Amino acid sequence: MTTVVVISAGISVPSSTRILADSLGTAARDHLGEQASYDVIELRDLAHLITDNALTGFPTGALADAVRRVAEADAIIAVSPVYTGSYSGLFKMFVDVLEDDTLEGKPVLIAATAGTARHSLVLEFAMRPLFAYLRADVVPTAVFAASEDFGAGSVRGGSLSARIDRAAGELADRVLRRGTTLPDDPFENPTPFEDLLNNGPF
Amino acid sequence: MQFGIFTVGDVTPDPTTGRTPTEHERIKATIEIAKKAEEVGLDVVAVGEHHNPPFIASAPTTTLAYIGAQTSRVILSTSTTLITTTDPVLIAENYAKLQHLTDGRVDLMMGRGNTGPVYPWFGKDIREGINLAIENYALLHRLWREDVVDWEGRFRTPLQGFTSTPRPLDGVPPFVWHGSIRSPEIAEQAAYYGDGFFANHIFWPASHTRRMVSLYRRRFEHYGHGTADQAIVGLGGQVFMRQNSQDAIKEFRPYFDVAPVYGHGPSLEDFMRETPLSVGSPQQVIERTLGFREYVGDYQRQLFLMDHAGLPLKTVLEQLDLLGEEVVPVLRREFAALKPAHVPDAPTHASLVAARDAQPPLVEEGLLEAGHATEGTRA
Repeated sequence: MTTVVVISAGISVPSSTRILADSLGTAARDHLGEQASYDVIELRDLAHLITDNALTGFPTGALADAVRRVAEADAIIAVSPVYTGSYSGLFKMFVDVLEDDTLEGKPVLIAATAGTARHSLVLEFAMRPLFAYLRADVVPTAVFAASEDFGAGSVRGGSLSARIDRAAGELADRVLRRGTTLPDDPFENPTPFEDLLNNGPF
Repeated sequence: MQFGIFTVGDVTPDPTTGRTPTEHERIKATIEIAKKAEEVGLDVVAVGEHHNPPFIASAPTTTLAYIGAQTSRVILSTSTTLITTTDPVLIAENYAKLQHLTDGRVDLMMGRGNTGPVYPWFGKDIREGINLAIENYALLHRLWREDVVDWEGRFRTPLQGFTSTPRPLDGVPPFVWHGSIRSPEIAEQAAYYGDGFFANHIFWPASHTRRMVSLYRRRFEHYGHGTADQAIVGLGGQVFMRQNSQDAIKEFRPYFDVAPVYGHGPSLEDFMRETPLSVGSPQQVIERTLGFREYVGDYQRQLFLMDHAGLPLKTVLEQLDLLGEEVVPVLRREFAALKPAHVPDAPTHASLVAARDAQPPLVEEGLLEAGHATEGTRA
């Protein structure tokens, strides 16, 4: 069973970010085959808990559950609206909640929506470096959708759907090569003390 | 089981009056609170260590010695001693001296601290936090147990033929707890030495504390100090009480809402649900505290944070009366009734001296190993 977790930071309901998120999730599932499923985390629903986490340092309730789902996912699709020239503040606050190593080596597809195509490089100049910092395995194709991309016919027609399909294919390819992995649990498998004593980074 | 209080020594404005106590008032209040703790029958007073405003928590052994001179029974401890940025040689000297002055009423809780700039202020690198905690404590452990130490490490100048003075009282070092909110390495360290593990507990959900304590217990057994349920566990707690629970909530809420650490965040009700904070009647505090045992097992020390967030001294002293008169006597009785006989109490100087004297020194290691092989042979 392969699980893709889609993080959607859209605020309005309905949101074009969520439409893009679902399209990407569906495409990834199609590429991964029958055993795959995708699962959407709507950050709007978690906004208050995310703020509490920023102030207290720990996630609770539905946010704790979302953090666990991200950690256990085989791949992540991260979709944010563009606000003020970058990913949204809420999107970044959620990423800040994740432990530093949560996304290490994990296949990630990045995507964004905006009112105009002039923002398209936000994916390359803001979102990709963010996930590079977290040592995620970000696929080469990033999917940007401006309002006009939703205009001429359905999302699945035209070049946006071609980009979605290519990106989802790249993501599926990484997942299949990597196999299913779970993060190390330092509480289950602590570093033995002798190693802590002797293996400081000299 | 031991009950006590721990403080971080914050100087915080009282949000209901806007008045900030002076450093002098807060320092003197710390002494009053400690004396009150002994008066109402608590067992432990622990003071924090900070080297920056808004705290008055530098020079902890000065504070503890002053408290020790004005009390006769209460154990003096720390919450925490900065093992990362304090020279372990000075820790060895200061706390051995305190042990002598107070006739053994001393133990310590090691911590790494949570103020980033403290590392550079003391010439250390914060990225080495865990490694500093491990190397410094390894040295401290030897300084208290070996009369002459030759030592070389990464973080301090080498020692050749060094003797830390005074030697620990009766040749028995103070008992050490290792405190951590979230680092499994520190639980591992406590387990390796057979020292105590203190879970801060108050800032994080119970599920997290359970994982930390469970790791420590499992590894304590792995390193041959006894069975997992014999490991020495301490927990933090945070309470505010009035006879009528609604009065407690009404009085504490303005302090909670703007408190350092969690203020302006979750509601009081949410924070009470997610963390061990208990605001209510003494009976509610008793029930909540007894519940801690369900996820950490039988434990040895319960410390409460009572004097933070700008609560006035008068209120804190009233809280200690309630704690000492109505809560702790019941908790003592209930916890004792639940604890199986093979689970030890927290070590004290007297118990450590007795344990040392019960073992012929030359075959100490052999005896310990026999003790591991068949449970209960030491008893």
